[in-house]
Amino acid sequence: MEIFKYTKPLSLMAKSKRFGAVSVVLLLISLGLILFKGFNFGVDFAGGTLIQIKYEGAAPISKIREAISVDKAYEGAGVTRFGSDDEIVIKTKFSSQVLGDDVGKKMHMLLKETGKFEVRRVDMIGAKVGSELREKGLTAMILAIIGILAYVSFRFEWRFAIASVLALLHDVTIAMGMIVLFNVEVNLDILAALLTILGYSLNDTIIVFDRIREGIRTMKTSDLSTVIDESVTRTLSRTTLTSLTTFFVVLTLFVFGGEIIHGFAFTLLVGVLVGTYSSIFVASPLLMWLGFSISDYRLKEAEKLKRQKEKEKMRAMYEQGML
Amino acid sequence: MKRLNYRVVLLALALIFGIVFSIPSLTQSEQGRKITLGLDLQGGLHMLLGIKSNVAIDSKIKSIAATVKYLFDDEEIIFDDLQVNDDQRITFELLDKDDFLRAKTLLSKEIEGITLEVKDGYFTLFMTEEERIRTQKNAISQAIDTIRNRLNAFGLAEPTVAKQGQDNILVEVPGVKTQSDKDRLKKLIERAAHLQLLAVDEDRIARVATMSEEEAKSYGDVILPDVYTGEKYLLRAIPVLDGSMLTDAKVGFDEQNQPVINFTLNGQGAKIFGDFTGKYVGKRMAVVLDDKVYSAPVINERIGGGRVQISGNFEFSEAQDLAIALRSGALLAPVTIESERFIGPSLGAESIKASSLALLLGFILVVVFMVFYYGFAGVIANIALIGNLFLILAVMSLAGATLTLPGMAGIVLTVGMAVDANVIINERIRELLYQGRSIAKSIEEGYNNAFTAIFDANVTTLIAAIVLVVYGTGAIKGFAITMGIGILASMLTAIVGTHGLYEYLLPKMDKKRLKFWFGIQVEGGK
Repeated sequence: MEIFKYTKPLSLMAKSKRFGAVSVVLLLISLGLILFKGFNFGVDFAGGTLIQIKYEGAAPISKIREAISVDKAYEGAGVTRFGSDDEIVIKTKFSSQVLGDDVGKKMHMLLKETGKFEVRRVDMIGAKVGSELREKGLTAMILAIIGILAYVSFRFEWRFAIASVLALLHDVTIAMGMIVLFNVEVNLDILAALLTILGYSLNDTIIVFDRIREGIRTMKTSDLSTVIDESVTRTLSRTTLTSLTTFFVVLTLFVFGGEIIHGFAFTLLVGVLVGTYSSIFVASPLLMWLGFSISDYRLKEAEKLKRQKEKEKMRAMYEQGML
Repeated sequence: MKRLNYRVVLLALALIFGIVFSIPSLTQSEQGRKITLGLDLQGGLHMLLGIKSNVAIDSKIKSIAATVKYLFDDEEIIFDDLQVNDDQRITFELLDKDDFLRAKTLLSKEIEGITLEVKDGYFTLFMTEEERIRTQKNAISQAIDTIRNRLNAFGLAEPTVAKQGQDNILVEVPGVKTQSDKDRLKKLIERAAHLQLLAVDEDRIARVATMSEEEAKSYGDVILPDVYTGEKYLLRAIPVLDGSMLTDAKVGFDEQNQPVINFTLNGQGAKIFGDFTGKYVGKRMAVVLDDKVYSAPVINERIGGGRVQISGNFEFSEAQDLAIALRSGALLAPVTIESERFIGPSLGAESIKASSLALLLGFILVVVFMVFYYGFAGVIANIALIGNLFLILAVMSLAGATLTLPGMAGIVLTVGMAVDANVIINERIRELLYQGRSIAKSIEEGYNNAFTAIFDANVTTLIAAIVLVVYGTGAIKGFAITMGIGILASMLTAIVGTHGLYEYLLPKMDKKRLKFWFGIQVEGGK
């Protein structure tokens, strides 16, 4: 079976301004959401306490709210259903440093009258740990980007590196915008998902860039947009197929993976879609807008080759001289 | 002509290796190395503890002050106004100028890690910065040892106690199932277990009800409450002996069949205890634990042999935990809780079920799709994919790695991404076939053309994974480790392995049946 059978290159570059505009609009919306609505940080990053409780039968939410509000630490705490009718999650900004103040013990005391239940999960993160985790997460992201920049510069050229990182920021930013839009709670797992998108989007972009690099070597034309059109079209089938298989898997994770993994799967779902879009329509035009020129590149490569040959020659002469 | 090439052999070896070493994990057998399930999958308690190390510094300063007093008394140096100020420095005054030099050399010789300032006969003693840091570090490592001893004695399976970062302690205890288990465990960790035997100040105790703390202090006494009744006791502040001289503590029963704690003192402690009880027959002595009086029996006779009993209205389990705490030693500084994650056993089981289902379904979808789209080339890719899965499991088993829920997600994701290499290769092969090359040439060239793309893409993803392993904590780390292993494994299975299979099958491949082998139809060719 075949979905994209190559016949002739699509004229993508001619429409690149249109795709650029779509991206800019999406980016602006996302940035607006992130700046003005802001992330819904979960306890991992904001600090606080999360308690997941399962009742035998439906959970009496209003009764629970009333019962826990007696305690100062749970004033204004959020009580929401979690997945099913009999499960709830209680969230408060409060966290205790005293070892003896066990949250489960407290719940058993406060919720005695509300029915039979089991405390299935407690996440309590002190403010200090929360900010530490946030810092570490950010450091990880920045370091990963620097590492990638260095590697791509080394293997390709600096404009390729900049273009791939821009495409990657594009994807991560839009994914973050969607997280804000759908009010997904940001915990450590969401950070992991964002970092996966980073890797995934890069993966896609590199495959296309590799083809462009090959095109520069094998095609006769010096017109970048022709090379890009040809290369993107050649890899189109692969890009969509891989995205499709990944999409399948993430979708099953989203549908069957359970409530805990929901936010994670959602973020990946968005990431796969945006990542595919950007590697086809965004990354390569960026290369052109950054002023990449094929003839300059060929010149440089030729020079590099010449220098290397000269070096080898010198070495050979030197070694012979020694002998 | 069939030929076994090294690539096929490598793939076969990888498959055998993968299957053999993942069997212990898959069957959860007793023998062999296997993957441990993370706390989020098997349930348990995870805590990050902090330590109030300034308390350790405070008590260190106080003990330095006690040493100063002891040294001066011993050397008959007359001093006055010995004080600990702001828990920072010790000040005192020397009355005789001739003693200055003697005092200085004595102090700097006998006490480590202090600096000394003198002004008009007033001495000020500071702890050096290194000594402070050393004291803090000591407090942490001592707390780690103590907590580890206590948890090991508690009897739950394989607790982890480790230092994390500069001044935190990571405690992980799998198999904590019930609320009462959790309560007992936390109490056990929290307990300072500071045991002291103090003499009752019989001359003044009649007035204790109206006495202020300051007044008690001026007599060299402290006021401490009874653990059950809250009744106040006036006790001599300097202990007869403390828990550091204890060698063993066990739960026993008294005449009323009440649980009690019997503890044994070391030689020095037994001697001090014997001398003391011999000297003070008819007086009372209080057994004090964590600044609470547990009992204050009258001394009937000299007690030799160094055996002492703590009685109280203990529950059996309470007495048992107390004995564990006493045996494992006191905490130099109190611990605090910085973060806690508790997962009940039922939730863990549910998570395993849900993510396994997702893994299985995702896997089936991908496998079916690959065959449908690529024909036999898809089958080859699927063999590599299965090999990849087993390899991940085997490597994790051998490394004794922990599988967490995000780790499961990492594996699921790897399934999606591992086929990518084969998609790239297959597309390249198809391209060449369309150009009319022979099958052998198409395969050879296809692999060559695809290699740089796959390699560069994998290396960049690997860079991201490594950064995550180094900088990530907990959940993120687990995810990145499985992803990293998955990428490396896919290089072997998806690139080398499938190439070998193609070479092996090449003699059977026929250009007339491209539909079967590669899922395409080529008309005529160029």
